Amino acid sequence: MQTRQPLARPESLGEMFWAFTFLALQGFGGVLAVSQRMLCERKRWLSHKQDVAALALAQVLPGPNVCNLALIVGDRFFGWRGAFTALAALMAAPLVLVLAITVAYAHYSHVPMVAGAIKGIGAVSAGLIVATGLKLLPALHENTMRLPACLLFGGATFIAVALMGWPLIGVLFGIGLIACAYAWLRISAAERALTQTEQS
Amino acid sequence: MSASMMLFAAAIVPTMESMSAIASGATTTPIAALIGTPIAAAHGAPELFVLFGHLLMLSLLAVGGALAVVPDVRRVMVTSMGLLTDAQFNASVAIAQAAPGPNVLFVAALGYQAAGFAGAAVALFGILLPSSTLAYAVARWGHARRNWRPVRAFQAGMAPIVVALVFGTGWTVAAQALDWRALVLAAVIALVAWRTKVHVVVLISGGAVAGALGWI
Repeated sequence: MQTRQPLARPESLGEMFWAFTFLALQGFGGVLAVSQRMLCERKRWLSHKQDVAALALAQVLPGPNVCNLALIVGDRFFGWRGAFTALAALMAAPLVLVLAITVAYAHYSHVPMVAGAIKGIGAVSAGLIVATGLKLLPALHENTMRLPACLLFGGATFIAVALMGWPLIGVLFGIGLIACAYAWLRISAAERALTQTEQS
Repeated sequence: MSASMMLFAAAIVPTMESMSAIASGATTTPIAALIGTPIAAAHGAPELFVLFGHLLMLSLLAVGGALAVVPDVRRVMVTSMGLLTDAQFNASVAIAQAAPGPNVLFVAALGYQAAGFAGAAVALFGILLPSSTLAYAVARWGHARRNWRPVRAFQAGMAPIVVALVFGTGWTVAAQALDWRALVLAAVIALVAWRTKVHVVVLISGGAVAGALGWI
């Protein structure tokens, strides 16, 4: 499914600005799904593994996840100018649209077709978000914690957040801390094994 | 999170029952009020200043994304400051969800309703400035130390949790539809987007058309 072409770099701030503008304008009900398509598949600026790592940081830090992701990716390639450009591109066009849609919706919200269209868009965006999750799964194969442990921590998180509706901050500090501690042990064990092989 | 989703569900994904309510103009009133608000005159600079301070603080509490702070923004703007009505608040969240782009734009819509374009700018800067500065600083710090064991343990440990949160968001957005046809469409779209390279805009337009024709 995933082609193994080498990764690319954005050539200029302008290219990055337009990539994030397009990405933002396609992000109905969540930019995250589109960001993966644009950054990993179309532009090839990030591998899926790098995308998951950047997302992990973007989600754990406070603030809008996509905005944090834009800052992280922008900074990676062009320093603070890149971070600012990516964030500005992400916000500018959608901001204009949100204010414009407010006016338009006020005029046409009584039309059942408009309400239906918005419902259809909602269902599609749910599907797109799930597809994003499915595409991120292969990145877990390379994880140092191995797949069963990943499924355990992931499953527990899904149940707590989506099904039980627990506050995210508690889940992040609870399950997150245990998972990071376990990953630490795995990395330590792997490094110890490596030094022993080198010595013998 | 779930509270904000319910807000969204209540405001923008009408069930068959509430369709008639919309048709009769029950939900157009707050949005009409939004457009017609005599903006700058209603609320002065001191309120804007207080709001800015609140949003600066909320910015650093928005772990898990912008929608996580919806209940608290409502508490500040509607209950304690009285800048907006509940109906105006709901309309902002719904519009930001329906429009493309980051969901955090609901804060700009709220600011606009409270104090016009100045309000939108103040609110958006307030909610973004602290978290963005922190994200920028931590990203640099983490990238410079990416081979350091705690950073590697953090990235490996958080990876499955992040993937699970993506599924969780998809589940939450799908579950608010409360309708088997919408759930089937969501499942089909998930498969198509996972396995093919069909453009997102095509999928979204398809969903909009299917919904407009009343198939969903």
